[in-house]
Amino acid sequence: MTEWAPTADIDTLHRRAMLMAAIRQFFADLQVLEVDTPVLSAVGVTDVHVHNLRTADGGFLLTSPEYPMKRLLAAGMGDCYQLGHVFRADESGARHNREFTLLEWYRLGWDHRQLMQEVAALCEWVHRTAGGSASLTSTVLSYQAVFEGAGLPDPHRASLQALQQVAALKLSADTAGWDRDACLDALMALVVEPALPPEQLTFVTDYPASQAALARTHTREGIELGHRFELYWQGMELANGYWELTDPKEQRRRFEQDALLRQSQGLPEPQVDERLLAAMQAGLPECAGVALGVDRLLMVVLGNTHIRQVLPFDADRA
Amino acid sequence: MATYSTSEFKSGLKVLLEGDPCAIVENEFVKPGKGQAFSRVRLRNLKTGRVWERTFKSGESIEAADVMDIDMEYLYSDGEFWHFMKTDGSFEQLPADEAAVGDTKDWLKEQEQYVVCLFNGTPISVSPPNHIELEIVETDPGLKGDTATGGSKPATLATGAVVKVPLFINQGEIIRVDTRTREYISRAKQ
Repeated sequence: MTEWAPTADIDTLHRRAMLMAAIRQFFADLQVLEVDTPVLSAVGVTDVHVHNLRTADGGFLLTSPEYPMKRLLAAGMGDCYQLGHVFRADESGARHNREFTLLEWYRLGWDHRQLMQEVAALCEWVHRTAGGSASLTSTVLSYQAVFEGAGLPDPHRASLQALQQVAALKLSADTAGWDRDACLDALMALVVEPALPPEQLTFVTDYPASQAALARTHTREGIELGHRFELYWQGMELANGYWELTDPKEQRRRFEQDALLRQSQGLPEPQVDERLLAAMQAGLPECAGVALGVDRLLMVVLGNTHIRQVLPFDADRA
Repeated sequence: MATYSTSEFKSGLKVLLEGDPCAIVENEFVKPGKGQAFSRVRLRNLKTGRVWERTFKSGESIEAADVMDIDMEYLYSDGEFWHFMKTDGSFEQLPADEAAVGDTKDWLKEQEQYVVCLFNGTPISVSPPNHIELEIVETDPGLKGDTATGGSKPATLATGAVVKVPLFINQGEIIRVDTRTREYISRAKQ
């Protein structure tokens, strides 16, 4: 039989509509402007772990609106948000759908700490709109603190061998060929994340510099750390934010590093987004930005366990 | 040798882990937004029935196991092996050892069909049909007319298995049993 019906029930879709409206209201009240950049782009992402879907004419379906939004910021757009669909190839599971709704926003002159407070305020607002009564508490913990809190070694100072050993033991994996970040990613996702207190918002910050992505970095006690944060709620990774890197030279260096990594792994090598780099050359204002998975936020506030339960049609029925 | 990459993992896939054939029970895709992807896999060891959990990094692969389920007819036991015959017309016979037969020993009846799981051509497990008819070789005498009170008593079947039957059932009768729950269903229709 042809499966034509929605994967979410109609009541959930009503609530979805209400929560989308609540998100827009939140930003309207703060006078943060909605923008609407193209999803189909001439260039793709360089990040080694994120994969673009391509169109037959050579275009890339964006994995996040980050680059075009930053070009708007460089052009003087001011504080803005985007609530739209993005695409990630090869991602499918209870918390992953290849097409999903991302909420991304930027605040000029802010750092990641200020932005974390606003992310918490948004989550609380959506939680209340959905009928949640208790107020949400939130904590900020360092990457090192959450590792040590889960009984794991210091993620910055432990040897690769020690990380491989603990990952092999905790995850029943053959980790002999895993690099540092593979061990850390696996431990974060499978040991640390499930152990975080579910009822509160937990922001994790000060990531290893190798995982800084597009965040600026700083050095503390001899360790280079990224001004990046992730938000966890109900054991779910909900958002990723940066105190944004504005230096075009450093940005180009990271793109080139990604390209080399992609080359070594035999992955397609997309060209670097020269338009973004030119915009940064012209001057990206100091800002903090964050991307939040809206479908996952709905899963948390509505108590769903599979992403298809909050989507009109999941990838299998799209 | 055939291998499966993490992107091909799905439940039911037969793979080789630490030399043992396993079936993937569940495959969970795990990926931090800015990091590498992993597969969290639950596998059932087809020899022991034990469930293992393993984590694979995306792109890693695992050897395929030469495992297949076929219908076979039970013939006889020589005390050490239980002999089964293929029903595909080849009349080929294969011996299954005690570990392979396992609890199915309680339900082995000559000329009955079983699903035999072969690993590299050797039986590693035998599954009985869901329902089977067996003779009662020993039970307390039946209570005539007592078909309603719902009491039960133990009865030993021809295979040696002991199941609970209603009080009115007698020794020498053939009954239908559910092999999954070990429960009496009815008298066999004769």
